[in-house]
Amino acid sequence: MRLAVASGKGGTGKSMVAVNLAFTLSQAGQVTLVDCDVEEPNLHLFLPGEAEIRDVTRPVPAIDTDACDLCGRCGEFCQFGALSVLADSVLFFSELCHSCGGCTLVCPQAAIREVPERIGTIATSTPLPGLKLITGTLDTGSPLAVPIIRAAREQARRDPLVICDSSPGTACPVVETLEGSDACILVTESTPFGLHDLELAADVAARLRIPAGVVINRSDGNDRETHEFCDAHGLEVLLTVPFDRDFAAIQNRGGILSRERPEWQEAFATLFEECRRLAGVAR
Amino acid sequence: MKVCITSKGTTLDSPAEERFGRAPYFIFVDTDTGSVEAVQNPFADGAGGVGPRAAQLLTSHGAGAMVSGQVGGNAREALLTAGIAMYTYGDGGTVADALEKFRNDALTRTG
Repeated sequence: MRLAVASGKGGTGKSMVAVNLAFTLSQAGQVTLVDCDVEEPNLHLFLPGEAEIRDVTRPVPAIDTDACDLCGRCGEFCQFGALSVLADSVLFFSELCHSCGGCTLVCPQAAIREVPERIGTIATSTPLPGLKLITGTLDTGSPLAVPIIRAAREQARRDPLVICDSSPGTACPVVETLEGSDACILVTESTPFGLHDLELAADVAARLRIPAGVVINRSDGNDRETHEFCDAHGLEVLLTVPFDRDFAAIQNRGGILSRERPEWQEAFATLFEECRRLAGVAR
Repeated sequence: MKVCITSKGTTLDSPAEERFGRAPYFIFVDTDTGSVEAVQNPFADGAGGVGPRAAQLLTSHGAGAMVSGQVGGNAREALLTAGIAMYTYGDGGTVADALEKFRNDALTRTG
């Protein structure tokens, strides 16, 4: 079973929900948590541990300057402007390259081959006996988050129970994180922004045909508009976590609510059962 | 020498364009013979990477200098490597005005 946690708005509590869900499930079995917020991964702050780290690369063109006759075909072909063929040299702009490989195909001299370029890392650790944490990290300056997310999810391919924590927003990284999930938890908060972005995130899940449910975090007890939106769009509110200074303090020092307040394990266990029901996955 | 001036239109009377990679037209003027050629910029509406692509276009047309308002980082790198001298024109006038100032060495060279 594959679960994704998304939100639209940042800072609503995706990581809190993902960590507590994974912690609770790890008490009874084996769970894999994947940090797909590769531009700012943070789950390791709650789940520290020695990690095995490997590089993630992508193919980029390398030009054999002896074979290249500066015909210009590659530069004309590249729709992203990554190759500029000038009077006596070819310039490559790595940050513009989409790794499509087209330049290698159109070169009449076969002067271009693809070489790996590092864009980030995947760290795998076992911070708790039943919990595997996979963290994707995009290198600073690299613009391509999607290949890192893909590699992080690939690392968890054989694991039976996987929870993917998404980045905020609704763009490509979120789509890459959600795609193929059995169910999706949308985390929102009791603010107009929380509701506005919940609407966007719910639309993404719907278009990807992923069953979704909602968690209201930091609730001020006045969530009528959120409930109205959910009712109107066939979304169930699966869990409401009240606003509480003590919860914020636990979170701020990297603590896990359901570890420090074990009574919350039942709530997160129930949340998981609700997700399983949404996904239609049998026990 | 051929100088390329970024332009909003096809003639010397057209307003000069301040952007390089997204300029609608490139006007190539041969300062020795006075010949003028207007080339539509096929990358003007491109999604990205238009600067380096435009630089390749200038190279293939044999430009030795270019006059524009702003040049992005990638375009600048490509133009520098190509050995095309960069001059800034931001007076809001016509291509002819920019050309006149270029001929009189009244423009600031930026690369």
